Amino acid sequence: MELDAAKAIGAGIACIGMGTAGIGLGHIFGNFLAGAIRNPAAADGQFGRLIFGFAITEAMGIFSLLIALILLFT
Amino acid sequence: MATDPIHQFRIIKLIPIQVGGVDLSFTNSALFMVLSVVTIAAFLLLATRKRALVPSRWQSSAEVIYEFMAQTLRENAGSEGMRFFPFVFSIFMFFLFGNSWGLFPYFFTYSAHIIVTGAMALVVILTVVIYGLYRHKLHFFRLFVPSDVPGALLPFVVVIEILSFLSRPISLSIRLFANMLAGHITIEVFAGFVIALASFGALGMFGAIFPLLATIALTALEFLVAALQAYVFAILTCLYLNDALHPSH
Repeated sequence: MELDAAKAIGAGIACIGMGTAGIGLGHIFGNFLAGAIRNPAAADGQFGRLIFGFAITEAMGIFSLLIALILLFT
Repeated sequence: MATDPIHQFRIIKLIPIQVGGVDLSFTNSALFMVLSVVTIAAFLLLATRKRALVPSRWQSSAEVIYEFMAQTLRENAGSEGMRFFPFVFSIFMFFLFGNSWGLFPYFFTYSAHIIVTGAMALVVILTVVIYGLYRHKLHFFRLFVPSDVPGALLPFVVVIEILSFLSRPISLSIRLFANMLAGHITIEVFAGFVIALASFGALGMFGAIFPLLATIALTALEFLVAALQAYVFAILTCLYLNDALHPSH
């Protein structure tokens, strides 16, 4: 197989990582919403932690995007 | 595609300077770092010039940003951690303003280069290690030995803890770098779609509105990501400094 073809296939496989990051993000926000509906008064206090957790999980998805971009462009 | 999306990250030497064989040119990256620092200093100094007891809007915004970062550091590193406040505040403002300035057309995002974020992450981790060793001498290595672990598992847990500590500078630098890189590449790819569709004639120009709306939405998202990633870099710095100040598990 040519190197360019193998790199393109690898970039496509790396995109699976972004899908799993999406699952993780849905998990975080779903749990936050479930808790916020039970206890709306406490929800605003935890917003900072929610955003921090979102950023850390999103970072994993972006790492896999980085691998895909490295494979495609070098 | 006319230009590939990597083209926006190239370094341009504005003023070539050679000092004994070392290339110290003033590049576009340096120019935007100077712009960020000048804007931060101007904002903070001019906003708090009057020192009114009841703050005006400008002074209030400067105080809110200061208090926000001070509260984050105090919460995560304790009141002893406040000795690092100039350090953490500088990192936060540097990346906040740098990421935000990079979103204007034709402006350069210096945090989209791994060398910049890598250097800052290295400074953070070296501060943690050196201050931890200076303050606690060899007790600093208690960080890698969690308190209640069965004896048989202890060697493996210690190795895993050391590896996860060593991965901190890598993840810290790559998180900011990859977010900035991916965001700008996505905006440029969608903008390229606008040009590509509009070149198809009247129907194409009508269809080009959709990538244009997507580009606008992505730019708004990138402003959020710029602020968020600066905040995440700062709060992770606070957490790692907490490990240097209180290394017991």
